[in-house]
Amino acid sequence: MSDYRIKGETGEWEVVIGLEVHAQITTNAKLFSSAATAFGAEPNTQVSLVDAAMPGMLPVPNRECIRQAVRTGMAIEAQINRWSRFDRKNYFYADLPQGYQISQLYHPLVGEGAITVEADEKAGIPEPKVIGVERIHVEQDAGKLMHDQHPTMSYVDLNRSGVALMEIVSKPDMRSPAEAGAYVRKLRAILRYVGSCDGNMEEGSMRADVNVSVRRPGDEFGTRTETKNVNSVRFVMAVIEGEAKRQVELIESGGTVVQETRLYDPDRNETRSMRSKEDAHDYRYFPDPDLLPLELDDDFLVECRESLPELPDAKRDRYLALGISPYNADVLTAEVEAARWFDTLLDAGAKPVAAANWVTSELFGALNRMGRDLTDSPVSPQQAAELLGLVADGTISGTIAKQVFEKMLESGGGAAEIVERDGLKQTSDTGAIEAEIAKILAANADKVEQYKGGKEALFGFFVGQTMKAMQGKANPQVVNELLKKALG
Amino acid sequence: MTELTNLTVAQIRDGHRAGDFSAVEVAEAFSANVAGAKALNAFIVETPEHALEAAKQADADRAAGTLKPLSGVPIGMKDLFCTDGVQTTAASHMLEGFIPRYESTVSQKLWDAGAGMLGKLNLDQFAMGSSNETSYFGNVISPWRRKDGGNAALAPGGSSGGSSTAIAARLCPAATGTDTGGSIRQPAAFTGISGIKPTYGRCSRWGIVAFASSLDQAGPMARDVRDCAIMLENMAGFDAKDATSLNLPVPDWEAALSSDLKGKTVGIPKEYRLEGIDPDIDAMWDAGIAMLKDAGAAVVEISLPHTKYALPAYYIIAPAEASSNLARYDGVRYGLRDLPAKNSSGGGAGLQDMYAATRAEGFGPEVKRRIMIGTYVLSAGFYDAYYTQAQKVRTLIARDFEQAFASCDVILAPTAPSAAFGLGEKMADPLAMYLNDVFAVPASLAGLPAMSVPAALNREGLPLGLQIIGKAFDEQSVLNAGLAIEERAGFNARAEKWW
Amino acid sequence: MTIDQATVRKIASLARIAISDAEAAAMEGELNGILGWVEQLGEVDVTGVEPMTAVIPNTLRLRDDVIDADPLTGGNRRDDVLANAPAAMHGFFGVPKVIE
Repeated sequence: MSDYRIKGETGEWEVVIGLEVHAQITTNAKLFSSAATAFGAEPNTQVSLVDAAMPGMLPVPNRECIRQAVRTGMAIEAQINRWSRFDRKNYFYADLPQGYQISQLYHPLVGEGAITVEADEKAGIPEPKVIGVERIHVEQDAGKLMHDQHPTMSYVDLNRSGVALMEIVSKPDMRSPAEAGAYVRKLRAILRYVGSCDGNMEEGSMRADVNVSVRRPGDEFGTRTETKNVNSVRFVMAVIEGEAKRQVELIESGGTVVQETRLYDPDRNETRSMRSKEDAHDYRYFPDPDLLPLELDDDFLVECRESLPELPDAKRDRYLALGISPYNADVLTAEVEAARWFDTLLDAGAKPVAAANWVTSELFGALNRMGRDLTDSPVSPQQAAELLGLVADGTISGTIAKQVFEKMLESGGGAAEIVERDGLKQTSDTGAIEAEIAKILAANADKVEQYKGGKEALFGFFVGQTMKAMQGKANPQVVNELLKKALG
Repeated sequence: MTELTNLTVAQIRDGHRAGDFSAVEVAEAFSANVAGAKALNAFIVETPEHALEAAKQADADRAAGTLKPLSGVPIGMKDLFCTDGVQTTAASHMLEGFIPRYESTVSQKLWDAGAGMLGKLNLDQFAMGSSNETSYFGNVISPWRRKDGGNAALAPGGSSGGSSTAIAARLCPAATGTDTGGSIRQPAAFTGISGIKPTYGRCSRWGIVAFASSLDQAGPMARDVRDCAIMLENMAGFDAKDATSLNLPVPDWEAALSSDLKGKTVGIPKEYRLEGIDPDIDAMWDAGIAMLKDAGAAVVEISLPHTKYALPAYYIIAPAEASSNLARYDGVRYGLRDLPAKNSSGGGAGLQDMYAATRAEGFGPEVKRRIMIGTYVLSAGFYDAYYTQAQKVRTLIARDFEQAFASCDVILAPTAPSAAFGLGEKMADPLAMYLNDVFAVPASLAGLPAMSVPAALNREGLPLGLQIIGKAFDEQSVLNAGLAIEERAGFNARAEKWW
Repeated sequence: MTIDQATVRKIASLARIAISDAEAAAMEGELNGILGWVEQLGEVDVTGVEPMTAVIPNTLRLRDDVIDADPLTGGNRRDDVLANAPAAMHGFFGVPKVIE
């Protein structure tokens, strides 16, 4: 249970949050026309006669949109409706050429499912929490309006008009900004694993309508407001925090919350009421007579299920079973690219625990320094497996491995090749080590006395000196054994 | 030689093939008739150059031995079909000047079959009307006049009134129509010609200005049954661009025409016997029954118990769909834009003011009325009581037909409850106008093929039509029964030229 | 159910059709006449009857995910799309400034 509370003047308030996430379905062509969906094209170039709602134009659905929405539903263990329908949502706006949006109200493609967010002590999520998903339906995106190009005109670009969206509607199950943030991140991860949405929030591929209400803990739900088109996890959390505070202050000063649509202004970090949507509440939904009911057959559903990859939760469980720490398992499964990279590393023979530690510290650290992504890592999983293999079989020490890795990043060479070339192989030659130990003990007679007098912490000093003398190439275990013997 | 404009589609096709005349001669003869019939107001746009171009191609194709099914046949195109480069208005001010950059599937198929276009035919605005009086470009006048010595202008029926008038007045041998609730059959009946609405989904709706999507269906209008079959063969066919298009082969309807109805059973729906109906209508119906018996058919009485509710259901469903289909006419991307200087409260006019002004200016009264009804029946709190109830009743109406067709192959009924009425007679009362489609609407609601063939003249000398309704996909039985009536009725009356 | 002029105005506003007071008055009567007539549908017993979804038995076809598969339903035809626009400006449709 979240103990997130807004502290008002009259006491504590609980926040109730539901999210409607609009995720652009990854497809080549639009939902009902064959115009392209690529981001960033010249205005109105990716617009068909259908998308511009010219007289007599008709919609024909894109199979891939349906398939991806079904696979997404399966990924959250949701009810898949074999019979669904498209409905028209009627309203007038300049970015909506048909005068209605084709959506699904009465019979959505996907019914109830759930998403589990992991425990995050620091964020106030003490244990994993299951967030219910009410439904997923498929619908058309609208076009885009530009207001700053002309003093008295707005410009309409219909490139986005008709692009397929999934609307993923959560239940009002979240109780803190952190839970909502975790939900959006987890949902994004699932979509990216499934491949149904690229999750690119900057380009608008994912955006959330944030429903917020407040209540006294244990009371009935309060009146909610809906803040539209919030396009980052950070903003989602900021909207909830700000909107909850606004509602509490409003109620405590004797006002009432009005059910309304609001808009988030990231520059001022505040929401404001959207005037343009005020009278648009009566959408007159009815089944789209241009489209027949959508019926899915067994073959279609089987293909959808069989083409699903291993999903974040299953992957995480598998990593935990391999002995990987929960923290590392979370980090490695959060992004599908990282997980795929790591799986390739394991396939190349790397030992799971050591590999997980190395990826999350050494590799991510290096990529961070270089400002690079895993997708353009200079070191491939196979090369990394080779490096880790040299550590595992005792050819080099962990310390030397760091040097080798740096050299790999610089030169792009293979680990074994670098170790060979620079003579970095670890030595277990007891004669050479004993000779160096003898020199060190002789040069530090005072410290030997102290050690023998009980100051055992000095053992590390002798190890360090020996390793230094051996240029890091001595097998640490052998050094330990020989030192113990020499110090009697 | 017979006047070329008196020839049927089949006669033009065959005569041209045989070298009796050139396609150019045919196109020029019809174009001359079109040009000389402005008084009928059947065309919104005349395109003699299009017809001539196709005719030249037809003559060249004949020389090259590459004739197509409709080579040499010029036709009229209802101005609801979008035509590439030719103004398409749906008879509205809203789309006045709209020149599509695309061709509707049906019209494209006709051009591909070698037909030429004489022009775009007038209609009721957005196909909403039963008399052609709602056109922004003025009403079409029927070539027919009552034999009462008066010269009262009569309605050509609607919404395909330009099509019906043009064919009846020999301005074109055939034309396209569309039928949402009788818009092919009723005007055909009013003007003494034939017309068939095929099974819903036979003809692609792509590129036809939408009225009510679940009902709209294109079909041909022509002088006789054979011509309807020929035209329909060249209009129908699967279209991947229309999700409701039927993926079925197009039968060779013309080749299978047969007026021998032995082994066929004709159903006579008792609910279509209306109290107080014009006795001429009942007499024509009885005569039609006798003709089909004579052709070898058995006749049985059937019951379509929900007939009475078809019209009210239609007047919920069609306006509901129309209110949404016509939302795209907003002055943003094409068509009329009216941006008032000020809004209603005296401030600067914005987008929403532009919508309201544009739509007030661009739509005629009947279109507005239907949009208003449709908007109301879909609005919050009324949707189930009106729209859902109407769609349930529609299920019952379709079920009525299904059950009736267990005991018959086709159904025979009048097309309309009266002959053509005078222009202006019913405009004051929308409900009286709607009742014109009482016999036509049930088949539309059930998506069934139905045709009207001319059967008799009433006591005023005006044509009356008989309607044949068939099972889904069975246009052939409809055409065959129509042919049986055509052969026996011997209807060869035509309007005397006064225009 | 009868509707009054305020309702007529509300519907007209939803439908984005500007109407004068005289038109609202005229429409009140017409709409009530039509609505009163269609309400006879309420008499029909529809217990257990599903609303019509497809008038002819047919299933919804789905198309392949191919860009510009058919030029008639594909993109890259901005000139055609803008050809009839009352205010085409720099490749956009122009509309009176919208305040969100």
